Amino acid sequence: MVEKSDVRVVRCGGSKINLRPPIISTDSRFVLCASGDSVKVYSTRTEEWLHSLQGHTNQVTGIALNPANHLQVYSCSADGTVKLWDFIDGILIKTFIIGYRLFAIYVSEKHDGIVFLHIALDTDSKNECFQLVAVHLPKSAEQEVEAKELSAVSSRISPNPSCTAFGREGQYIAFARHLQLNVYFFRKQKTYSFSLKATDKKGAKNAFTCIACHPADDCIATGHEDGKIRLWRNFIHTKEYTYSTQHWHHNAVNTLCFTPEGTNLLSGGIESVLVQWQYGAGNRKEFLPRLGGSILHVSTSSDGQLFCTSHSDNKITVIESSFKVCGVIQGLVKGDAVFTDLMIDPRSKALVLNGKPGHLQFYSLLRDKHLYNLDIVQQEYIYEAGLDQFEVVKAAFDIKGYWLATVEERGQKSSDLEFVLKLWAYDERTQSFVLNTTITAAHTDRIISMCFSSSEETTMLVTTAEDGQFKAWCQGADADTQQDQSFWSCDFVGSYHNLTPTNCSFSADSSLLAVSFQEVITIWSPDTWELLTTLCQPPGVVRDLCFGQLSCSKYLIATTTRNLLCCWNLLTCALEWSTSVEVSKLQPDPLSENVAAFSYQSKHTDLFVFKPNEPRPLFTHKNVCSEKIHRAVFVPREELLNNCDESSQWLNRSQLYFLTQNMDLLTFSTATEEDRMLSSSKRLVIDDSIAVTPFYLLLGKHRQQQQKLNTPSHPAADKPQQPQGSVTITELLHTPAHVLPAASVLCSMFVSSLLISNTGFPFPFFSPEMEMESSEQEMNSEKEEDQQELRAQGSVDEVTPKLSKAQERELKRVRKTDFSWMAGLIDSKP
Amino acid sequence: MASFKPTKVQFLPKLGEKVTEETLYWKNYKSPVQIKEFGAITKIDFSPLPPHNYAVTASTRIHIYGPHSQEPIRSFTRFRDTAYGGRFRGDGKLLVAGSEEGLIRLFDISGRVALRQFKGHSKAVHMTSFLSDGFRVVSGSDDLSCRVWDVPSAVELSSLTEHTDYIRALAPSKLNPDLFVTGSYDHTVKVFDMRSGSSVMTMQHGHPVECVLLYPSEALLVSTGGRYVKVWDLLKGGQELVSLKNHHKTVTCACLSSVGNKLLTGSLDRHVKVYNSSYKVVHNFDCDASILSMAIAPDDEALAVGMTNGVLSVRHRRHQKDKEMLTSRRRRGPSYQVFVKGKNFVPRQDDFLVSKPVKQYLRKYDKQLKSFEVSKALDTALQTWTRTSKPDVTVVVIIELNRRGTLKNALAGRNEEIRGCFCVLFFRHIFDPRFSRPLLMVGDIVLDLYQQVFHQSPVVERLLQRLMEVLGREAELQQELLQVLGILDTLFTSLTPRKEIKTVLETTSNNLLAII
Repeated sequence: MVEKSDVRVVRCGGSKINLRPPIISTDSRFVLCASGDSVKVYSTRTEEWLHSLQGHTNQVTGIALNPANHLQVYSCSADGTVKLWDFIDGILIKTFIIGYRLFAIYVSEKHDGIVFLHIALDTDSKNECFQLVAVHLPKSAEQEVEAKELSAVSSRISPNPSCTAFGREGQYIAFARHLQLNVYFFRKQKTYSFSLKATDKKGAKNAFTCIACHPADDCIATGHEDGKIRLWRNFIHTKEYTYSTQHWHHNAVNTLCFTPEGTNLLSGGIESVLVQWQYGAGNRKEFLPRLGGSILHVSTSSDGQLFCTSHSDNKITVIESSFKVCGVIQGLVKGDAVFTDLMIDPRSKALVLNGKPGHLQFYSLLRDKHLYNLDIVQQEYIYEAGLDQFEVVKAAFDIKGYWLATVEERGQKSSDLEFVLKLWAYDERTQSFVLNTTITAAHTDRIISMCFSSSEETTMLVTTAEDGQFKAWCQGADADTQQDQSFWSCDFVGSYHNLTPTNCSFSADSSLLAVSFQEVITIWSPDTWELLTTLCQPPGVVRDLCFGQLSCSKYLIATTTRNLLCCWNLLTCALEWSTSVEVSKLQPDPLSENVAAFSYQSKHTDLFVFKPNEPRPLFTHKNVCSEKIHRAVFVPREELLNNCDESSQWLNRSQLYFLTQNMDLLTFSTATEEDRMLSSSKRLVIDDSIAVTPFYLLLGKHRQQQQKLNTPSHPAADKPQQPQGSVTITELLHTPAHVLPAASVLCSMFVSSLLISNTGFPFPFFSPEMEMESSEQEMNSEKEEDQQELRAQGSVDEVTPKLSKAQERELKRVRKTDFSWMAGLIDSKP
Repeated sequence: MASFKPTKVQFLPKLGEKVTEETLYWKNYKSPVQIKEFGAITKIDFSPLPPHNYAVTASTRIHIYGPHSQEPIRSFTRFRDTAYGGRFRGDGKLLVAGSEEGLIRLFDISGRVALRQFKGHSKAVHMTSFLSDGFRVVSGSDDLSCRVWDVPSAVELSSLTEHTDYIRALAPSKLNPDLFVTGSYDHTVKVFDMRSGSSVMTMQHGHPVECVLLYPSEALLVSTGGRYVKVWDLLKGGQELVSLKNHHKTVTCACLSSVGNKLLTGSLDRHVKVYNSSYKVVHNFDCDASILSMAIAPDDEALAVGMTNGVLSVRHRRHQKDKEMLTSRRRRGPSYQVFVKGKNFVPRQDDFLVSKPVKQYLRKYDKQLKSFEVSKALDTALQTWTRTSKPDVTVVVIIELNRRGTLKNALAGRNEEIRGCFCVLFFRHIFDPRFSRPLLMVGDIVLDLYQQVFHQSPVVERLLQRLMEVLGREAELQQELLQVLGILDTLFTSLTPRKEIKTVLETTSNNLLAII
């Protein structure tokens, strides 16, 4: 097998789905949202991701349903194109090339064939200037069209796309910028402006944050920075305009939306409360509190039955008009920062990191799906800007995934720091982690790092803190608590010359503990708590520390702030080798000897993969990305790859994921892997197109099995021809029951055909796959010649040399079995 | 949509002793009944017959009390000098007592006048007892001799003079009528066999022996003296089993409970300690004065303790009945039936089920916090009942308000009464390590807010004065503790030789810090 296996960096899953408001399709079956450089289609009922519309080469910045055809959707992207899609089948219909960076798209029923776009002009100047332009989309049969008919509506608009909205029946368009509200009337071709004062005596902040127009009435609703909502009327005359003010939100209103009939106005803000105001009924309102992160966008379906809110924690909530949440689409939560390391839950192999505030999220990388949130802080989160609240800053799993340790902190900014160390035990019954021990003052100062011992018998947690001590925590170490064996308590407190410990790490067999105290690394024996030796390689404070794995477990690797990567041999307690390289993150692979080092030099990051026993890198990838990398993790693969190529061998057992400072989760992948991914995604699409019937399930199962048989030997080969028997079967199954022969007749015939004749076989061997195959082949029996060919083909595909002799014989026998009973049946049918 | 998460009241484990079955058993005694006697009570003995009256020897008389009476039902007053060691015979009908003048008197329980008088000792007789056949009396005296008397003829059968100091402890064997154990101030415990007429076993206690005690199996012997309680294994030839040092003054008396043979010891340090079968202290009774004598009734129904100041303190066991009496007095609410009405209805197969959403019940302060009514929530938490009996709830609400950044708003604009409230709360719990941190924070804010008006209220002024005093004392204490820590540090460094120095030091200093 010779395969090209060039390793490259790919963006993987967990992309942002809350950048722009989601759209609900006219039949309320689908939710569409812009996500990275594609548009994702979700089902409203099952919350499942169906497929994505891929084709843009840059961030998708806006989507809008085509008013002329409700099965089509426009999308605009920062790559300067507008694309028209059939979103049900996922087909790209047309591409319009605009040539500017696009930031939002608006359409109106009245303006057929015209889209309104936000474009950025003068990208070279310091402050980007945004324009609203109307683009006439040329009607031509070609796939790619260049749309050149641009006409500017306004030359200075707010960069926030929710500050622009179409008025009643598309008669006017309203857009706000800072303290000015502009309304452009298409008929008069005139812009009216209304402005507010920046502040008043009461300290109001009047800047506009969002805008919405009533669909049937001449009324514009605007949201403001201080949480006020103003309803503007009579703006057709510049002088006589009026507005009424309503105030409930205590922070900026992020989004406003009228229901399609215009009876209600929906608003949302940081508080994460969806507020429904009755239009024209003064102050009557309904609330839907605690939806999750702060609400960024609200949209409604065209029949007004469903609302959709997108939240800052990368979540879309589907809400019925009766104010009941009926669906949650959750992406990988990426807040402003990830405090915890990227971790892998040893049980579920899920990626674990900070999720919702005060939670840890478990995210399946394989299925690109959010699994669940674990509530760590267990306190009501107050959505308010500038409030200092508990946040999970450290977390660690033990080697079996039975224990989880977390540290939550509050008051990073102020002087009085509060932090809590919590230990969670895995509960088999509930299949989740349950709080076991809470330690309120584990140290007198902030905990810097912690790690579990790697032995399977006894679990021990070591924490290092800024108070100059490291502590070992054991389960039930306190002799007085005889009954409560399961609680954790402090076993040992260690320090070294009052230096601040920074990192700690256990060796692969947990016989050694390494704790770094600035420039000095101390090696302790966890059994006796004896200081065994100290290692030192000045200058430079130790930044990262890890032991080698498997055959290289006698090595200890450390990086220092003075651009040094050192490797000690612990048998001789001497420096094995060291090189000068600036390493920002050192990550050992638990399943192999490999260690990955991210190095940040001259404004881009390089990756080195090496084995500790030799100072030569196995693999080097220059210019991985342009930011510094602090979080990375090796994720064990479900099935091993067998790349022979030296440069990609290190990816065989596990995959390396890393998080950039822009919160993009990236990974390294090889060509073979991508091929496989592609084929699997194709199959998914086919599966979705077929309606699900019981018979389909039967056939689908069979197909999968056949594919399993095929893929290992011929991954790239064309799919084998599908068995043609389905026609007969459908005929059989679609025949009304009363004209079919009795089931007992069919059954006995079927069973007798399956029975093994007692000649020639010493033992009965009958695998379910074979059974499936036989049942499928029997269907084909009516077309004798076709079947002969097919069998020949099938045997080429299916009989791999791995089959044992007995299996081969069995296979032959199965082929020879007589399926004529079926033929007879079909013949006898009227 | 997630539901409101109620504020979590932190549960902190109590430091100190663990509650076990045994501590519960020993805690289950009522508060003691105090009876004043004429002098120091030197001996208490329970009658083996029900209703288990007990004889109390004090000064020149012996009183016999019924199990629940506070007045003596009978008293023997025909002593010319101090009486000692009144003890019942195995059938509870006869009583024997020694005295300061050296006479031993034998009484019938129903009579007043002594039936027999045994003359022969030249000094005070502190210990007398019947041997288990009931026909002989053994006595230990300050004239260094130990004599056995015949009850019917009132003659001395033998005199044993092996001890070299006062004999102050005596215990006859219940299984063998010829064996008895004596303890003396010459630091020895001797086992005498009347058949051979001499001691058969001698054990060195190391301190003047105050009391000896045989286990019912008579394989183990307990001797007390000095601060030590020692248990000897008689079957192994008098090998020392354990040596307990739990008292800090002389241990004067010991007895065995009849349920499970638990050892109890009383000492001049005013404590009665109860040991479990592995000789760990499981319970502790405190008394007002130094304890001289102690006895426990069969079935552990009552524990009688006699003290130097002449007070007899009797604790009776609390029974299940008493508890029921207490509960039945309480007003009864609606019956169980009312609450389960309709709950146990089983729906039929074709019934259409309408599920009711589970209602989340919140505490009052949680409800107010949910609707962001911060001042009201604080008021609820500061209610007198909550404040006094559940200070943790109050503190949790304060912490929650602080987390929400609204503590200052909630504290502002309060009247004098509430301010007094804060001060009281502050005063009471400031030294509780659980609460001191949030309370200090509250104190800071309150001082900031009410700087101008504090001096106007005399009540608050006085409270602040007191607070200052208490804080001063606490600061002194902290300083002293730190000094002790320093002393300990030097001690440890000088004691431990090499490498372990650090580890031991770290853990101890850490523990000490935790205690502080």
